[in-house]
Amino acid sequence: MPMSAIVAFRDVSYTIGGKQVLRNLNFEVQAGETLVLLGRSGSGKTTTLKMVNGLVRPTSGEVEVEGKPTGAWDPIRLRRGIGYVIQEVGLFPHFTVAGNVGLVPKLEGWSRAAIDKRVHELLEQVGLSPQDFAARRPRDLSGGERQRVGVARALAADPPLLLFDEPFGALDPVTRLELQRQFLRLRRSFSKTSIFVTHDVREALLIGTRIGLLEGGCLRLSATPSEFVEADLPEAKAFLACLDWKAEESS
Amino acid sequence: MRTDLAGQLAALTLEHLWLVAISMSIATGIGVPAGIWIAHRRPVRGWVLGFANVVETVPSLALFGFLIPIPLIGGIGKTTAVVALVLYALLPILRNTLAGVLGVDPAVRESALAMGMTRRQLLWRVELPLAASVILAGLRIAAVATIGTATIAAAIGAGGLGVFIFRGLASVDTVQILAGAVPAALMALAADGGLGWIEKQFGPA
Repeated sequence: MPMSAIVAFRDVSYTIGGKQVLRNLNFEVQAGETLVLLGRSGSGKTTTLKMVNGLVRPTSGEVEVEGKPTGAWDPIRLRRGIGYVIQEVGLFPHFTVAGNVGLVPKLEGWSRAAIDKRVHELLEQVGLSPQDFAARRPRDLSGGERQRVGVARALAADPPLLLFDEPFGALDPVTRLELQRQFLRLRRSFSKTSIFVTHDVREALLIGTRIGLLEGGCLRLSATPSEFVEADLPEAKAFLACLDWKAEESS
Repeated sequence: MRTDLAGQLAALTLEHLWLVAISMSIATGIGVPAGIWIAHRRPVRGWVLGFANVVETVPSLALFGFLIPIPLIGGIGKTTAVVALVLYALLPILRNTLAGVLGVDPAVRESALAMGMTRRQLLWRVELPLAASVILAGLRIAAVATIGTATIAAAIGAGGLGVFIFRGLASVDTVQILAGAVPAALMALAADGGLGWIEKQFGPA
């Protein structure tokens, strides 16, 4: 069903400084899917993600969002419709939590009251009490709290598409699991389409409805989590080995 | 004689303030936009900073001298002094504006762009507020230096507190020298304190 593809990569390559980062990527992301791009550092997964909201432009080929090449979009309109969450979070240090979360609605010209209501509702959804957190500054938050604010900010204007770049990578394992669960809960309550970049195979299996395995800028495999664990590909096996290296060691 | 000195002191102090204020306004008007402009244009950055650096290395008395024979901006008097003071104030303002803008966390800038901010919104809502304290620190350094350097402007007939200093030097009159130096020093301290206070209001966010 090509009509329902929210994002489509068509023969996308990307070269920078003589180095080919991506080679002939071809894939589609359907409405409601969570595509996890799994790969080692330098496999091109972040570059792939940044092509969706036009932070990076393909050297050749086309990235289509809602059927329209990113180059044909007004970049501002394109980006306002796509939530973006990164590992470093990138909260605005000079804004309060409420100011951060309400930024896109404000840029979109929402009324004060509508913004306040939305911020309140979003903070609750990501598990932060609005009374305690709305007026605080990012520097006064823990890493996990910051990333919750980052997620709330990305959801603010209710974009149909969300991009995540190793959002939980810098968190301690307990907080990471909490946020992964939160992510799954949020996904159940909103029907969003997401592309999620990670190098953590556990996270990929937990969160993805489909996993795209990147190796050296090529998409090696696109499979559901249950297909992925059965995959015969060496790179897939290398990732799966991360799950049970301990078991192997003792056998 | 006493009242005469007091009257002269007031007039020269005002003149000095005027020289500094005009020079600082022009230097800020050029330096801050130029600093922002070169922040995202790496190729021209070296040239602009290089020029400002070269100017800074020319001894001030010599720079005043160099400017005298140049038409329009040169000659004897205030215009020449203002041109020289602007050139001197430019480097710290330019450098700090650049450092302030470049110092904005790349993740914050990337988020702002990814959220669909226009270049203008990125500048006014993110880069400038976050760079404000560093830019103000540059203005403070420039203001203090300009107040000091402006005393030398008296050598080319621009007036200001330097008049007392040069006259005192010529007649080996310590009172005259101090009458120029002390108010200039107090003015520098006041500028430093005042701008430092403003800077703190914008403190590290």
